[in-house]
Amino acid sequence: MKPLVFEAKNLVREFGHGKQKTIAVNQANFKIEEGNVYAIVGESGSGKTTTAKMLLGLLKTSSGVLNFYDKPLQLKNHKDRVAYWQQVQAIFQDPFSSFNQFYKVQDLLLNCLVMKGEKLSKEASYARMSTACQYVNLDLKELWNKHPFELSGGQMQRLMIARIFLIHPKVLIADEPTSMIDACSRATILDMLMKLREDIGMTIIFITHDIGLAYYVADELFIMENGLIVEQGDARKIIENPTAQYTKHLLTDVPTIHHPWLTELD
Amino acid sequence: MREYTLAVNNLYAHYRTRFGEKVYSVDGVTLNLEKGKILGIAGESGCGKSTLANCLMGCFFKPLHYASGSLVIDGVDALNVSAEVFRKTVLGTRIAYIPQAAMNTLNPTIKIKTFIMDVLKEHRPEMTKDEMLKLATSRFEALGLNPKVLEAYPNELSGGMKQRTVIAISTILNPKVLIADEPTSALDVTSQKKVILLIKRLLLEGYVESIVFITHELPLLYHVADHIAVMYAGQFVEIGTQKEIVFSGLHPYTKALMGSIIVPELEIKEQKLYAIPGAPPNLKEKLTGCRFYDRCQMRQPECKTINPEMKQLGTRQHRCLLVEGNV
Repeated sequence: MKPLVFEAKNLVREFGHGKQKTIAVNQANFKIEEGNVYAIVGESGSGKTTTAKMLLGLLKTSSGVLNFYDKPLQLKNHKDRVAYWQQVQAIFQDPFSSFNQFYKVQDLLLNCLVMKGEKLSKEASYARMSTACQYVNLDLKELWNKHPFELSGGQMQRLMIARIFLIHPKVLIADEPTSMIDACSRATILDMLMKLREDIGMTIIFITHDIGLAYYVADELFIMENGLIVEQGDARKIIENPTAQYTKHLLTDVPTIHHPWLTELD
Repeated sequence: MREYTLAVNNLYAHYRTRFGEKVYSVDGVTLNLEKGKILGIAGESGCGKSTLANCLMGCFFKPLHYASGSLVIDGVDALNVSAEVFRKTVLGTRIAYIPQAAMNTLNPTIKIKTFIMDVLKEHRPEMTKDEMLKLATSRFEALGLNPKVLEAYPNELSGGMKQRTVIAISTILNPKVLIADEPTSALDVTSQKKVILLIKRLLLEGYVESIVFITHELPLLYHVADHIAVMYAGQFVEIGTQKEIVFSGLHPYTKALMGSIIVPELEIKEQKLYAIPGAPPNLKEKLTGCRFYDRCQMRQPECKTINPEMKQLGTRQHRCLLVEGNV
């Protein structure tokens, strides 16, 4: 059996209190094994991103247990967090706001090496950075002295993957990494992520609202509705015969090219 | 001759940067939109889709400049009327526009009904306040939206609801042409379906006569549009019915686009997604030769120098030398 990366038991996260209380994640139980690709699927407001933020240590849990390699996840200070984020990294939805706009591209990449705590000479770090850029079909020379806002969305998302390549984390949490870029760049980004996963053996937790995309990338799916995980299991089985009503609903909402879609109009 | 609600002939437009460079974003577009039809425009980011949408609206605001070509919106030559007449008789009444981030266009401190009344005051000054409210209520009901929304402030509504409200507001004057520029790209699949159903219903109930739908999602276009035009580097490379484009595209770019789509069907897991290598051409230069030459898998030496004109082939048009064995 593969070691468990994350294990959640009755995980709860609430926002607000009293009348205003909303339960974003309600009694979630799941196990994330090393080396697999998981996808969390649900519509807006179903608690996908809250789950991701808890896994990243950006949000505290309200109650329940969240284990990281069989130890409860506790990040008390900055040192803990840095050590944790060397192992768990994320790609976010909006490439335009995921970078510090005041930094130049080379400084952003250099930051990753600094974060890893490696002491490299100037030449060695340049070599590492340029291999990372080549990996994602970018040219470090062209990007030199540029700021992130001078790049296109697809380029920025690829730069994000170059960062992941430099950090070599054990777990990658990808929160809708392709929802803001077009279909062509989406294919490029997904292929790169899958290649990276094979090359460095990461666990990927993919968050998306598109069940087709989730099926394409993931081995196992979690379907979330209003904070509850309504269905989880092997991706193929869920697509073949979904049991939860909500999953069926999600499947009919995605346009395909071989089945009728706008049946409500007839 | 058939009546077209929107007729564009050889339209050229470019951006002028502050360094004096020109970016040829719309480079010879010809399209005719029939009554009762939905035309889909597909293409990747930066190919000029949204610029084309601005051009179709007749909105040539700096740094966008009109170069040549004609634009006729429901019988009105939009490029040869004064700005005042254009605003009063064309914008809103003949053509309406839903931008990509339509939901951010609503001022959060103004009630939804005020937006509708603003539009009606300008274009139908003879209506009384009660008539306006009545029209707004009945329109919202007809479109399956809750009339209570009229009394709400925009920040009380969800993203999908805001998008649908904006669509209802922009079509209150029954425009002939509706231009929808990626109206669903910021929404999740469930809200996306609701928005699409609303747009389809507008056409079925006769509130709008024809629609131009711009998106990069081919599976979506397949269900929404009657015809699809595939755009690449400022030009259309292929126009055909939705079935022709999706299942039997002629142009290599159309085929490549089809290789990059993802749908929840069992077969896709085995297929590998096809990502088009390279990047689109730089539109700052006047390009000669086929614009897809650098990225085309089937290119021939001739393609480097000849950029073919749009050619009619049966019911469709294409711009490729390799079709019909011309090379």
